[in-house]
Amino acid sequence: MTIKETIDQLIKEFNQFDDWMDKYNYLIEMGRSVPLIDDTQKTDANLIAGCQSRVWLSSEYKDGLIYFTADSDAVITKGIAYLLIRVFSGHTPAEIVEAETTFLDLIGLKEHLSPTRSNGLLSMVKQIKLYAFAYQVKEKNS
Amino acid sequence: MNEISEEKIQSVRNDFPILSRTIYGKPLVYFDNAATTQKPNLVIDAISNYYRNDNANVHRGVHYLSQQATGAFEEVRKKVATFINACNPNEIIFTRGATEAINLVACSYCETFLNAGDEIIISVLEHHSNIVPWQVACERKGAFLKVIPVTSDGDLDLTVFEKLLNEHTKMVAISHISNALGTINPISDIVEIAHQKNVPVFVDGAQGLSHGPVDVQKLDCDFYAFSAHKMYGPMGIGGLYGKTSWLEKMQPYQLGGEMIDKVTFEKTTYNEIPYKFEAGTPNVADVMGFGAAIDYLNQLGWDFITAQENDLLSYATARLQAIEGVKIIGTSEHKAAIVSFLIEGIHFFDAGTIMDHLGVAVRTGSHCTQPLMDNLGINGTLRASMAFYNTRQEVDKLVDAIHRVKTLFA
Repeated sequence: MTIKETIDQLIKEFNQFDDWMDKYNYLIEMGRSVPLIDDTQKTDANLIAGCQSRVWLSSEYKDGLIYFTADSDAVITKGIAYLLIRVFSGHTPAEIVEAETTFLDLIGLKEHLSPTRSNGLLSMVKQIKLYAFAYQVKEKNS
Repeated sequence: MNEISEEKIQSVRNDFPILSRTIYGKPLVYFDNAATTQKPNLVIDAISNYYRNDNANVHRGVHYLSQQATGAFEEVRKKVATFINACNPNEIIFTRGATEAINLVACSYCETFLNAGDEIIISVLEHHSNIVPWQVACERKGAFLKVIPVTSDGDLDLTVFEKLLNEHTKMVAISHISNALGTINPISDIVEIAHQKNVPVFVDGAQGLSHGPVDVQKLDCDFYAFSAHKMYGPMGIGGLYGKTSWLEKMQPYQLGGEMIDKVTFEKTTYNEIPYKFEAGTPNVADVMGFGAAIDYLNQLGWDFITAQENDLLSYATARLQAIEGVKIIGTSEHKAAIVSFLIEGIHFFDAGTIMDHLGVAVRTGSHCTQPLMDNLGINGTLRASMAFYNTRQEVDKLVDAIHRVKTLFA
């Protein structure tokens, strides 16, 4: 599935709920499926700055694709991390760098996009893009 | 039982237009008053009226509007002085808020009076704004920051304070009320102890001025900082009270504008207090709003405000304590209407996000008191900070929201 297709799929999944509580319930449920970051990777370097909960995000580059793992001590944040991983994991650096990232608007969790210090979503997206950019540069140089 | 009638509370609520709005289709329950309070029509109208009818720069004009603006501006200074019972309006300096007032003293006082090897005493309870300016002043001068610990209830440990005070101490800087826990600190006792060793006391009154009457002469503190937006006034304005004897000995740290007396390229002399510390064009419109906020509080009266807030505090405390898994952080006997709490097994960010969707605005996180949170061994709390316009029914909604959160994350 392309990044765009996964986003469309996620929007469809969330749009089956009218009630915000159901959307959150689904998000919380999804958080349980997050590919967990190895405990040894829960370092300060992998800690996403700027959120109230602690979120760790790590990346691995294998055969031209990037794979992400994450964890958070807050359940909602973990769900958001999962959404992002589902969208971006297993894609090439170029695909990730060029991807649109405004999809959380469309699934009705817009408030998590507001650039406040509390939620860390923007920081997570920024970190994912940063990893992809770094691998892209590495590819070109190798 | 609360003796204040529902009609009275409703009529007070009607003074605040924002309180009738909805959030996600639900009536707003605003419990983030320690971050900023809402503004009554009187304040909103004063600012709007100033720009519509009275706008002019103060202090330097010969024309009518400028003189009128200057007169109104200085009237508010008198109003603030009377509100906190300062001896003299010249002891009131307008600043952008409490943080700027702290920075003013930390720069100007420390420049003259702090030397290498000296010490400044603060407490674990302090907001970052009453830590960092002193910390940087100490770094700049080679001085040391000493910290009064808190008990498990969130009270300052005054026996340790007395031991920390010595001949090297040059300042004691303490909050009047803890923004994170609600503890009301015993300022009079602290001042008395510090003054016995001739050490001045700076009070961070950001939370202090909105919950009860403050009399700076009775407290005998040397400085008192405040923010208008935490006392129903506009953002971007606040002030510093300082005893004349100190203010006259301090040098300004911001220069230019009305604060000068005479300028030549060889030498500049400064204006008298308070103008010496008010560089640049002041925020006149918000000073008008600040004046209106004081008028509003005076009209309501402290009897009503304290009775209503004490009732809300005891009601909220009792109801939250009764919920299984809820732990109140900060249980001092002397508290303002601020209740910090945790829900067992649920992250405060998760809880706060869901409460928001239920229309209940609480604050989550460290409340700009990271050292305090470290000291308590937690990352943060949920904080419901109440004001006189809140109601018991709103506390009930908070309790319902906690139950919804517990069900969702169970």
